[in-house]
Amino acid sequence: MTTMTIAKAINEGLRATLDNNPRTLLMGEDIGALGGVYRVTDGLLAEFGADRVVDTPLAESGIIGTAIGLALRGYLPVCEIQFDGFVFPGFNQITTQLAKMHARSNGNLTVPVVVRIPYGGGIGSIEHHSESPEALFAHTAGLRIITPSNAHDAYWMIRQAVECQDPVIVFEPKRRYWLKGEVDTQNPGASADPFKAHVLREGTDATVVAYGPLVPVALAAADAAAEDGHSIEVIDLRSISPIDFDTVTASAKKTGRLVVAHEAPTFGGIGGEIAARISERAFLSLEAPVIRVGGFHMPYPVAKVEEDYLPDIDRILEALDRALAY
Amino acid sequence: MGATHLPSTEFDETAADDQLEAEAEAQLGSPAEPMVQLLAPDGTLGTDPVFSAYAEKLDGEKLRGFYADMAKIRRFDVEATALQRQGQLALWVPLTGQEAAQIGSGRASQPQDYIFPTYREHGVALTRNVDLAELLRQFRGVSNGGWNPKDTNFHLYTLVLAAQTPHAVGYAMGIQRDQKAAAAVAADGAQDRPAEPKAAVMVYFGDGASSEGDVHESMVFAASYNAPVVFFCQNNHWAISVPSSVQTRIPLSNRAKGYGFPGIRVDGNDAIAVHAVTEWALEHAREGKGPVLIEAFTYRVGAHTTADDPTKYRESAEETLWRAKDPLDRLEKYLRAQGLADDAFFDQVKADGDELAAYVRKTTYDLETPDIRTAFANTYVEAHPLVAEELAWFEEYSAGFAETPEHNSAEPGSPDPDDAATGVAR
Repeated sequence: MTTMTIAKAINEGLRATLDNNPRTLLMGEDIGALGGVYRVTDGLLAEFGADRVVDTPLAESGIIGTAIGLALRGYLPVCEIQFDGFVFPGFNQITTQLAKMHARSNGNLTVPVVVRIPYGGGIGSIEHHSESPEALFAHTAGLRIITPSNAHDAYWMIRQAVECQDPVIVFEPKRRYWLKGEVDTQNPGASADPFKAHVLREGTDATVVAYGPLVPVALAAADAAAEDGHSIEVIDLRSISPIDFDTVTASAKKTGRLVVAHEAPTFGGIGGEIAARISERAFLSLEAPVIRVGGFHMPYPVAKVEEDYLPDIDRILEALDRALAY
Repeated sequence: MGATHLPSTEFDETAADDQLEAEAEAQLGSPAEPMVQLLAPDGTLGTDPVFSAYAEKLDGEKLRGFYADMAKIRRFDVEATALQRQGQLALWVPLTGQEAAQIGSGRASQPQDYIFPTYREHGVALTRNVDLAELLRQFRGVSNGGWNPKDTNFHLYTLVLAAQTPHAVGYAMGIQRDQKAAAAVAADGAQDRPAEPKAAVMVYFGDGASSEGDVHESMVFAASYNAPVVFFCQNNHWAISVPSSVQTRIPLSNRAKGYGFPGIRVDGNDAIAVHAVTEWALEHAREGKGPVLIEAFTYRVGAHTTADDPTKYRESAEETLWRAKDPLDRLEKYLRAQGLADDAFFDQVKADGDELAAYVRKTTYDLETPDIRTAFANTYVEAHPLVAEELAWFEEYSAGFAETPEHNSAEPGSPDPDDAATGVAR
């Protein structure tokens, strides 16, 4: 066990991947000498050379598109998109090409490309640097989407994403890059399956489901609720596509109340999918409607007011109060 | 580099376009840029200081092969158009007029090269030994692809314009790395086997697609990494109804200079010149000298697709002008004049075309509708719980419609058909 930040854990995961498999290579803007704007690829250029750690032209469609070509040739590219809001020039390549190549070829071709996207707000930045577009990708069949909330997951998820034969998008919670945690680089333990949700805290009165940057917020809300005598179960979803509905359903049946929290706008978001699915699966066990906590239906607001936009402990507690009132 | 000027239709004779043309000329020279041409429309063979050497390697057999391929693919095009008109295909994308651009370039590739087509490269597919009936799967609506690219190194058609261009560059970057790794192994003396032949990638797109950002990004990437890729632009003058003058103010081949690699405009209706230029470009790429852009100056004689109506946006005189430069006619004139082919040859070509058409027609009728379960199976490579759940629901739902002996029986005492369905379909 070693203690490290999430950023360092991803760096170590990438290093292990580059070390283990000569077909792996990294691509992105500023990922070489600079080590990425968040230094996630720090030191890898010096260690593995410019053919394996490729500083690309500033062109997201070019990055994803050439990665698809490299994958067709048998390579395992890991692309870094610098910020969430800049993925859209590459959206066409991800959704019309990367996601569909295997199906289009009747299963003859695989494109195991990994796309890393730092996402979410809370860093006081400017426009396009704080968005949560995960639902836009989750709606596209052919893609897998995972998001770590802690260093151990961060280390293993990047390794597992590269090993997966399907395209995988790893949404990295940028405001948690410096969150430290213990990492066992020898044994994934409970993190062996990246597409399985984790019950982080047992409870009996209600369940809060969160992922990525909101997991620590959900845990803190559960702590606060406990002071008021409520026993709250907390689930880290970990995988946004596929979603581990079995774990969420079991918890909802157990507690009878479900709150889903994410930073992305509530409307059309992942929370709505979870609410609908759990209503179908556990309707007779629910004591209250599934309640969503998320961002508002607006462009991500300016940094000076983002605290009012981002779901926090109080917003989750308010949702729990509503659920518990039924 | 030698060049023959052909009339250009890139700039319309309107006042606004005259001004455009004048501006372009002032900055960039004549819009009717030099163009490599070896075989003139009258069937006479010219010379070129660079490319004649490549043309001289073409013996009678190869030239007859070019003609046979062009005639075959034109016949195929006619047949596919007829199949669409008869409702057997949802859509067809005709290539008539572009046979020389496709056969000439495709025949210049080698088996180890990898080809990324757009969606009109039926002639290139022929040169890569793709079963042409397989091409129709997509247009018949039984597949989104239809063939295995690994068999022929001919990739699937791409319908999103220019999306395949970065794929080509990435694939070429992979070739670079493979060759570097192989060279390192060979240098260690650990390799007993003969070295793999050097490979390149060729990617096709049209003048319309040249406006897409992916073409720009691909050329930047290709130049940045000196990737072994040949960009083959078939300038057929029309992006559905929009003329190439709206896509570009200069010959497309000139754009290569801005990226820092060679650009060549070739008479796209001259199979010999197209072959020579492409062979040169692929050699250039394979030898590690970097990318090349070829602009094949040609013309789409028919509609963009069978859903299109060219009479609404262009004059028939333009079509007539280009029909006079027909790629098959000029090669036939040359073959006859040189005594390389006679009536018996051309009769045989026609018979082969009819045979191909009959085969394609029969195969199209025989194409089986796939089971939607294959779509469930091919969405992901690895097991996926949502797909599994939806497939299980579909199976159960479908089973509710299955005819059972009880359904078909009117015998007294049979279970109520409604009961049989209950609990299955929901």
